Amino acid sequence: MSVSSELDARFRDAAAAEGLLDVAYDLVDTPVGRLLVAVTDRGLCEISYDPEPEREAEALARAFGTRVLRSPGPTDEARRQLDEYFAGDRRNFDLEVDLRLAREFGRTVLEELARVPYGELTTYGTLAARAGRPRAARAVGTVMNRNPVPIVLPCHRVVGSTGSLVGYGGGLERKRALLELEGALLPGA
Amino acid sequence: MMEAVHVPPFERFYEEHRSAVLSQLRRMLGREDAEDAFQETFLRALRAYPKLEHGAHLRAWALTIARNVALDARRRDRLTSADVPDLESVDEPLPYEELRRLTADLPHKERAAVFLRYGYELSYDDIGTALGSSAEAARQATSSGVRRLRRKELP
Repeated sequence: MSVSSELDARFRDAAAAEGLLDVAYDLVDTPVGRLLVAVTDRGLCEISYDPEPEREAEALARAFGTRVLRSPGPTDEARRQLDEYFAGDRRNFDLEVDLRLAREFGRTVLEELARVPYGELTTYGTLAARAGRPRAARAVGTVMNRNPVPIVLPCHRVVGSTGSLVGYGGGLERKRALLELEGALLPGA
Repeated sequence: MMEAVHVPPFERFYEEHRSAVLSQLRRMLGREDAEDAFQETFLRALRAYPKLEHGAHLRAWALTIARNVALDARRRDRLTSADVPDLESVDEPLPYEELRRLTADLPHKERAAVFLRYGYELSYDDIGTALGSSAEAARQATSSGVRRLRRKELP
């Protein structure tokens, strides 16, 4: 017996409206591809590139609790701000972020990362220094690589001391595309 | 010892069992009322979900909640038509909770059979289906589990 899409949507909305979910997620199409966007009651907890929803749901359940459900309502605000960002109409995200899984140094680094302005570049070393451990550039790289909410926490603005792009969880092409969008990098540079 | 079966994300539980739940509700309530009962069934399941200790027999669990929701809906209809004040609706207690401690030491199959029989009030046919055995084997596992519990309680 197949469940109609209307009945399905009604349940998914009700589940979120009643506050019964540990994590609500949805898939969002953007110029840098499809993203999985996930939200807890504390805020945005994950953005992932090239998502495999079943695998992501398992990981989210392990991290935040088993009541993980695709439900668009709670992700609407993040989706709206991402749309505005990609349209060039938004420079700063105004979203709560749930960093409860980040450990002490990682959290400090991510909080510093959040202060790197739109369209500007910084380096791993600079970020390490701002987080109070100037020699920990490599550890900062690891934190960037595990950034739970790329784009919103702008790890794409962090480059090597020579100006090379170095790496990006979503692939260098996307890092370049985001920096071009922000006018931080000339196309083809 | 019970084998630990991991509780899946609710999304997977819902996707795997929603069709079976809707079929059962339509059989019990008809097409129209089944839709409200469908939502109520999965909301109840969501409320109880964090208390699940393992992911075994989730279909039987989902169908039992659906059955209880349908019975509640029928009872409400009867009460309303008899012009009796509506009962306060009370969430189903999770059957696992009551039986969990009592049956902790039973062999896996007997424990599951006792759960499904006395926790969920399933028929031996349904228990057999859930456990992948015959109704007769389900009946035997249940009564053997009950005997074992009696021996334990009355030394």
